[in-house]
Amino acid sequence: MQIHDTPALKAEARNLNFYYSEKQALKSINMPIYDKKVTALIGPSGCGKSTYLRSFNRMHDLYPGNRYEGEIRFFPDNTNLLSPDVDPIEVRMRIGMVFQKPNPFPKTIFENVAYGLRVRGENNKRTLDDKVEHALKGAAIWDEVKDRLQDMAPNLSGGQQQRLCIARALATDPELLLFDEPTSALDPIATGAIEELVHELKKRVTILIVTHNMQQAARVSDYTAYMYLGEMIEFGKTDQIFIKPNDKRTEDYITGRMG
Amino acid sequence: MKPLTTEQIRAVIAKGKFRDNLFKAVGVFCLAFALLVIVALIADMLIKGSERFTLDFFLNFASRRATQAGILSAWVGSLLVMLVTALAAVPLGVAAGLYLEEYAKRNWITNIIEINITNLAAVPSIVYGLLALGIFVYQFGFGQSILSAGLTLALLILPIIIVATREAIRAIPAMIREGSMAVGATRWQTCRYHIIPYAMPGILTGVIIGLARAIGETAPIITIGALTFIAFLPPVPFSEIDGGATAGMFDWVMSPFTVMPIQIFNWTSRPDPAFEINAAAAGFVLMAMVLSMNAVAIYLRYKMRKNIKW
Repeated sequence: MQIHDTPALKAEARNLNFYYSEKQALKSINMPIYDKKVTALIGPSGCGKSTYLRSFNRMHDLYPGNRYEGEIRFFPDNTNLLSPDVDPIEVRMRIGMVFQKPNPFPKTIFENVAYGLRVRGENNKRTLDDKVEHALKGAAIWDEVKDRLQDMAPNLSGGQQQRLCIARALATDPELLLFDEPTSALDPIATGAIEELVHELKKRVTILIVTHNMQQAARVSDYTAYMYLGEMIEFGKTDQIFIKPNDKRTEDYITGRMG
Repeated sequence: MKPLTTEQIRAVIAKGKFRDNLFKAVGVFCLAFALLVIVALIADMLIKGSERFTLDFFLNFASRRATQAGILSAWVGSLLVMLVTALAAVPLGVAAGLYLEEYAKRNWITNIIEINITNLAAVPSIVYGLLALGIFVYQFGFGQSILSAGLTLALLILPIIIVATREAIRAIPAMIREGSMAVGATRWQTCRYHIIPYAMPGILTGVIIGLARAIGETAPIITIGALTFIAFLPPVPFSEIDGGATAGMFDWVMSPFTVMPIQIFNWTSRPDPAFEINAAAAGFVLMAMVLSMNAVAIYLRYKMRKNIKW
């Protein structure tokens, strides 16, 4: 029987280790990701939060010498995302990602958003139009770009570019959306817009977000995990982590005594 | 150490400024010298050859009389050989560069291949001529044809195109590649939609620089046996040829030919000094061909890069 305030699981890291060649970057991480919730990963630079995030969509597979151990279970089908039998492309089709620095393609706004659909073989003009519009609306950028979908994406402002990248990820209806410090290159106003968007998005999609900014974690997330030196020090509800952390190290970090 | 007085500071700056200006002067002199040489060379050919710049010069075949000798077979030959060269070298070079950058695993085999490609670029062109003579002319039986010449020059410029392709690909930020892969694209989709288009300006520049080098090559073409005197053009596809037959689509590739540098070489070695005028005029035309190819490269690069930024 499920305890009634514990939401359904979307994913779960089980004893996850990760190595860049010989160097171990993640140390036996166990952590749940709850469905349609925002989970924030915080911790000092180099603690492995981005490494952990990039394990979910097998980004590490793009570079030689990287090695995973353990599992990331993905629900409802209970797939092990890290299994060698699971194609990383299949994983990336189900899990979207938004990067630290906005990385729109040097193509039109429309083509940027349509790209994920084209990759899936969708070429019907009507379908593409509909889905692109829907994704741009979902990323709260439709009103700003609807009259210039054929403009080049890199001409947008940084904040708009990042929302465009979110639209690009949303267009293919991912089940889990990974954010890797999505606002670190943006000004406070653009940051506010992205945070609001994250709040809106969790109605449709599970979100895992890496952030350097603790206020941001407190503002946008339901759950927070504190990582340090490749280890998961503490995971809990955001309120609990920020108000009454159980671990001394978490408390030190949050109160600014460290990191 | 005591702090410097204002006078001392000024003296230090003056000394530094003097060196600055000295280097500037030396730099300008070197640049002017290089420019002067090339301008003098071109002007010399232009003036010497000026009396040959008539339409006839471009439309006449080679002749025993200098005043009637033209470069028709040479410039047509050069263009056709370049066409074959480009058609052979571009797909091969781009595919090889793309494979090495995007697909190949980094290991000792790829390292050896890389070193070899760099070395290939340094192989003297006459060696390519010898290789081609053995393989294309005799082994494959292509004979002393446009096809043999085009393939030989394609081999010659292959390393240039591979290196240019790789450098153009390397200039694409990793985040673009990751952005593409992150939505679930395969490597090939990433190459097709992103890597190749974004690398295209750089690739094109490499291709044209390669072709500009190839169009001036003489040694390998002589080695495989280009003619020095030829008074007919390769058959136009589907045109009527001797005996009432129709030329096939690709008959021209098997035709004997000559190219600009060989025509020039031929004229300079004639005893009659009147041919020197022809040589100068043809040299100017060849120079103009190379420079306009470079101009096209610069224009295309500028035009294509305008829309590519990250």
